[in-house]
Amino acid sequence: MGSYVPNTLEERKKMLQEIGYSSIEDLFAHIPEEVKLKGELNIPNGKSEFEVRREMEQIAEKNQVFKTIFRGAGAYRHFIPAMVKNVTSKENLLTAYTPYQAEISQGILQSIFEYQTMICDLTGMDVSNASVYDGATAAAEGVAMCQERKKHKALISGTVPPYVLEVVETYCFGNGMELEVIPEKDGLTDKEYLKEHIDAQTACVYIQHPNYYGNLEDAEEIGKIAHEVGAKYVMGVNPISLGVIKTPAEYGADVAVGEGQPLGLSLGFGGPYLGFMASKEAMMRKLPGRIVGETVDHNGKTGYVLTLQAREQHIRREKASSNICSNQALCALAVGVYLATMGNEGVRQAAILSMSKAHYFAEKLEEIGLTVCNQAEFFHEFVTRSEVDSDKILRALEEEGILGGYPLDEHHILWCCTEVNTKEEMDQAVHILREVQGC
Amino acid sequence: MLIFEKSRPGRGCDLLPASDVEIYLPEEKDKREQPLHLPELSEGELSRHYTELAKKSHGVNDGFYPLGSCTMKYNPKINEDMASLPGFTEIHPLQPEHTVQGCLEIIGEIENSLCEITGMDRMTLQPAAGAHGEFTGLLLIKAYHESRSDEKRTKILVPDSAHGTNPASAAMAGYKVVSIPSAPDGGVDIEKLREAAGDDVAGLMLTNPNTVGLFDKNILEITDIIHECGGLCYYDGANLNAVMGTVRPGDMGFDVIHLNLHKTFSTPHGGGGPGSGPVGCKEMLSDFLPSYLVEGEETLHLEKPANSIGEMKSFYGNFLVVVKALTYIKTLGREGIPEASRNAVLNANYMMNKLKDLYPMAYDEICMHEFVMSLADLKKKTGISAMDIAKGLLDDGIHPPTMYFPLIVDEALMVEPTETESKETLDDAIAVFRKLYELAETDPEKLHQAPVTTPVTRLDEVNAARHPHLRYAF
Amino acid sequence: MILKEELKYSKSHEWIALDGDTAVVGLTDYAQSELGDLVFVNLPEVGDTVEAGEVFGDVESVKAVSDVYSPVTGEVTEINEELLDSPELINDDAYEAWFIKVKDVSATEELLTAEEYKAFVESKQE
Repeated sequence: MGSYVPNTLEERKKMLQEIGYSSIEDLFAHIPEEVKLKGELNIPNGKSEFEVRREMEQIAEKNQVFKTIFRGAGAYRHFIPAMVKNVTSKENLLTAYTPYQAEISQGILQSIFEYQTMICDLTGMDVSNASVYDGATAAAEGVAMCQERKKHKALISGTVPPYVLEVVETYCFGNGMELEVIPEKDGLTDKEYLKEHIDAQTACVYIQHPNYYGNLEDAEEIGKIAHEVGAKYVMGVNPISLGVIKTPAEYGADVAVGEGQPLGLSLGFGGPYLGFMASKEAMMRKLPGRIVGETVDHNGKTGYVLTLQAREQHIRREKASSNICSNQALCALAVGVYLATMGNEGVRQAAILSMSKAHYFAEKLEEIGLTVCNQAEFFHEFVTRSEVDSDKILRALEEEGILGGYPLDEHHILWCCTEVNTKEEMDQAVHILREVQGC
Repeated sequence: MLIFEKSRPGRGCDLLPASDVEIYLPEEKDKREQPLHLPELSEGELSRHYTELAKKSHGVNDGFYPLGSCTMKYNPKINEDMASLPGFTEIHPLQPEHTVQGCLEIIGEIENSLCEITGMDRMTLQPAAGAHGEFTGLLLIKAYHESRSDEKRTKILVPDSAHGTNPASAAMAGYKVVSIPSAPDGGVDIEKLREAAGDDVAGLMLTNPNTVGLFDKNILEITDIIHECGGLCYYDGANLNAVMGTVRPGDMGFDVIHLNLHKTFSTPHGGGGPGSGPVGCKEMLSDFLPSYLVEGEETLHLEKPANSIGEMKSFYGNFLVVVKALTYIKTLGREGIPEASRNAVLNANYMMNKLKDLYPMAYDEICMHEFVMSLADLKKKTGISAMDIAKGLLDDGIHPPTMYFPLIVDEALMVEPTETESKETLDDAIAVFRKLYELAETDPEKLHQAPVTTPVTRLDEVNAARHPHLRYAF
Repeated sequence: MILKEELKYSKSHEWIALDGDTAVVGLTDYAQSELGDLVFVNLPEVGDTVEAGEVFGDVESVKAVSDVYSPVTGEVTEINEELLDSPELINDDAYEAWFIKVKDVSATEELLTAEEYKAFVESKQE
């Protein structure tokens, strides 16, 4: 059995004696017998590190690691510089608690301040928080922060990923925000429907850009429609796309949120990821969760602290706008390191390469008989239609160690390319599919 | 110095190859115009920058970290190794089920173990942290009452000693929060609870041991009162580290619980996250669980509970954190899990007894895994507050206890040593605590100035909040 | 504790200057000194109705937030926007730093004179 208790049985006995007890049971004697567990826990016996490692490795081997991935739909395989793992493994950072004791947490606080700055820079917004759980909860919190006393309706585009919609629905179930879905039309948000259904009670409009199908929305126009009735405009964005696509600020958004996973976090079967949230200055105090600010110490030296804390649950309790406490700090550190290591040129390159490869791949798939459904401009994801069953297409790729796109239904597949997909990989996939397509 | 101040145009790292396909750019109307100001540094400079930040941070690995209610135990290395296996890190969450059997096995196995440790029937791993788990659990309670067309239940009872997330989560789930006063002994005031219990009560949120570190002996009576009025009992797992293998929440009458894998099950806190806040429940609530449960014997698959409350976040939770927690459970196992709890309680009582002649304990009786001291008298006598003692500890390399929590104790310091600290570490810390008490009486001004050995001294939080400066101005 | 003879006070520590059916409301000097350095104020909007004994806003210090109650029922005609940018004005001079102006005052809380309020605060401290 492994154990991380340093004190030997002898030492424990000595400690007990020193404080006047004869056994550890004495310390539990006041617990009523009727609630005590009779017998042992029915879980396996403890094991040595050697055995645990072998067991866990065996479990990991039951998963299939695809050498090539053309699947995104909310989780993306991008290149991750070695620096990211190196920094996030540093124990002073990894094993620290939330930096409430600022004097011994300047490193973590500064890293969050830098993260906030980079998120603002990437999105064009004024203020960023220190992260929330993931992109979907960021969307839900982004919608929630727009609620006002007389505005309880949120319009959310039907072109957001289904799980984002579901999470927003879950949050609205509790907070009393009425949710209305704007239908999808030709892979885009139906602007006519939006115009007809938006009104003075509308707190916000939420879209994702690029949307679930990879399309770029008419983002500026949708913002104008929202603002005309005094509603807030919340945009969910893919952070990599911001290397080349307009920022939410440029499109007129009041709040920008998104999934930070593409920025240096591994796929990890869905987590931990990171939700980023940024807003215009006017909405600063509506942002949920932790925020770091710059200040000075008694000697006038610059330092960083958690600030605007009176918004949060540990002070405002049931009146807090969000209950978030733990966030994704280490993931925010990873994102900060990723962005700093990639730099302006690296992020721009990742964006351009992803977009270019997706367009190359889409063109090649069309050549072998699949139809690309995107009528609008797309970024690094696109949908194809094929007469051949999606399953058959994906199985053929899987046999060669390729994870194909995400099947939307029997005939539609959502594909994704990033900078890690080489021309050779794409050509190989096309070669395999040529046969499946029968041409 | 901020990384932006170290940046020089044109520097950087060579990370990506040139494109092997034709470059495709967005149309002008969608092309980014705002310039980017990301840092431009060489790899060596970057590496030094982060080493410097690490030096200015303090983790469990830097020293004793008796932060009450946070269970800052040692984070085993094997956990990190296992969560870095490519067989876990490189798995896309939307891969076909037959290609992720290992991931499903992890989720299924930890569900079984955690259900056994807590006395629950089913558990979801989706919630990302404790507060997220609370929100989830309350939505389960809400869905349960709604399924029975019991719609008059609008209140959640929360003790006044509770963590702030409890009332905040209840409010997020659309409930009215009713605060239940604590009895003089720190437990739930049974009479007040009886008065509040009625057919408008959806449930009670409680932790046991409670937030002052004591085991509430009336627990069965408390959960009975709630059940009798038709409500459900929610267990906040913040303090589970005291009782594993001794008492199970499910046997104390709790219907739904959340755990904090980043506390009790040794996954690191990462400077504030990511955590993992699984939610367990009794059979009658399992149909409402969010996300998917792992089902099947030979071949595993994911199945959505029939009346699921929906999704709490994308995918299946903070999976790699779950991998770390399972590694820990496998290591400790049947004997090690109870042993951890028993030694957590021993270490806390040892420290408490070695301090209580100087530091008044808020409740002077056997504590569980943590204890609360009140410095109200010291403050009256010397002007030295809980904050001053906390800051004094920093100069001795000790992370302070939790300050000013729970709110029902004046000038509170809440100490949780955890089981992974040796007797020498505890003895050293006890000596420091005692030294600081003496200093408070002999030279309070010195303590007011503390800390003096840290990278910065006490920071001006008022200025930070009045004039928020939340990012670097380029 | 600074008090002004010409003002009335509520037991929830607001001061009020009543003039016919209009009123000006702020936080007492005692309240600001108890709360410490204030860092933010939440105020209602012009046109909102406030009710006697009900919360109309709150004040934040670094580590606490406290509700501010209206001693009167009426309609808000003006808010002190200066406080939104400079909450420290309340700490500087609580009686200059008014929060809201109210018209059509129809009902009031139990209001105390300066002397009565002083006695009330002192009785609470014992």
